[in-house]
Amino acid sequence: MNVTFDQVGLLARRSVVRTWRQPGSSIAPLLFPLLLLAVNSGGLRSETRLPGFPTHSFFAFALAVPFIQGALFATMNAGTDLARDVQTGFLNRLALTPLRSAALLAGQLGGVVALGLIQACVYLAVGLIVGVRPASGVGGVCVLLVFAALIALAFGSVGAWAALRTGSAESVQSLFPVMFVFLFISSMNIPRNLMGTTWFRDAATANPVSYLLECVRSLIITGWDGEALGLGFAIVFAIGIVAIALAAYALPRRLAR
Amino acid sequence: MRMLSVAQGVAWRTLHNVFTNPSLFIPQLAFPLFFFTAFAGGLSRIHDVPGFDYPQGYTAFQFVFVLLQSAAFGGVFTGFGIARDFEGGFARRLLLAAPHRTGIVLGYAVAALCRWLVTATFLTVVAFAVGMKVGGGGVDLPALYVLAAFVNSAAILWAAGVAMRLRSMQAGPVMQMPVFLALFFAPVYVPLHLLSGWIHAIAVVNPLTRVLEAGRGFVAGSPVEVAAAFGAAIGLAFLFSLWALRGLRKAEAAG
Repeated sequence: MNVTFDQVGLLARRSVVRTWRQPGSSIAPLLFPLLLLAVNSGGLRSETRLPGFPTHSFFAFALAVPFIQGALFATMNAGTDLARDVQTGFLNRLALTPLRSAALLAGQLGGVVALGLIQACVYLAVGLIVGVRPASGVGGVCVLLVFAALIALAFGSVGAWAALRTGSAESVQSLFPVMFVFLFISSMNIPRNLMGTTWFRDAATANPVSYLLECVRSLIITGWDGEALGLGFAIVFAIGIVAIALAAYALPRRLAR
Repeated sequence: MRMLSVAQGVAWRTLHNVFTNPSLFIPQLAFPLFFFTAFAGGLSRIHDVPGFDYPQGYTAFQFVFVLLQSAAFGGVFTGFGIARDFEGGFARRLLLAAPHRTGIVLGYAVAALCRWLVTATFLTVVAFAVGMKVGGGGVDLPALYVLAAFVNSAAILWAAGVAMRLRSMQAGPVMQMPVFLALFFAPVYVPLHLLSGWIHAIAVVNPLTRVLEAGRGFVAGSPVEVAAAFGAAIGLAFLFSLWALRGLRKAEAAG
């Protein structure tokens, strides 16, 4: 058991250090979501004057977006790194060692979760500095961090599955525009009940990313909203379980011994 | 004459690469369409914000931004191709073979304009198909496209200058990020008078604000700030042409 933990720890450490050593991989997931947050919260501030808008601070409303966007970036990084391991033969060399398959996946995903938590702390700190006070209090902040870790795990598993399935970093990166579409066709910039275009509202309602955003948003601007939390956690668990199962299924085929 | 033949060769090769490679061609059509959908569809209720007074509606309001954005990013994406040519070694052979090297920059700029014209046509057809209203007449709408063409030229010349200095695909974010920021620090979602705070202060001094406001004026049929907008766009294109040509000299010097 201790050996497995050591293997997971070493691979998770390698995953974090490798990401941290590439400024393009570590800075972009931190900086770009904050940049978009600054731009959108400045440009869309007047949206709070719409009747029924849930808060007077657009920054507080939009603070949920970096949590999801950062996770999407982390997904791409995790998937790309694992695909590089396939391409460079690192995975084949690992196959010659007594490493357990589960430890490889857990180590890789452990690194993604650690980075996801660091990102979440940065976003939260920026929010607090700007004056956002989470309506759900300290307990809500803890739930938010748990949720951020679960999002990173779920989306990281999607990236890992894509990497193991295709073995190509370019194929994993081609997932990014698809994920970006999911983010933009959601309640990212406006609550669903205030969307004026019916087909867009329907698309946002069918889009699971809307519920992930609304889960984070509820903790920041509403307080304890059982429905938003329930839907958010149910969706993140569903994505996570399916993606981990798919990645676990693909791993033995890639790690041929 | 020699410069034109070099420009023609470079432009033809670049356009051939773009239009025969779906991974380059499809994103250049899909991304502006996607932004148009997300902004005009998702944020249409902004039309109801007190003080929002654009007569042609939110679809036309966002169409102008997305058209200018597609022009700017058409230039940046062509810059990625220049960086790829340097990284792959093709540009070094091009520098050796070209009798007049300024034609290389001109060729890339012509290619950027041609590929954007395809995107602009596609975007315009989609915008009219979804019911965009236009108040401008005979000169107004073409003036918007001429303005956007200058933005496209400024963007490709900026990106070419970066690509020729760094000569690596890793230059991508350096080309892209300033253009992204300049575009989004303009009044993207609401008119300038509805912005407040720090973003208003930046938008006021951002030259692309003049371009965006004039473009929206053209579509509304009541042109505003035309001289300032053309002055800003032509000025940026001129400045970045110097930047690109100096970049070319640096690439020559680097061998």
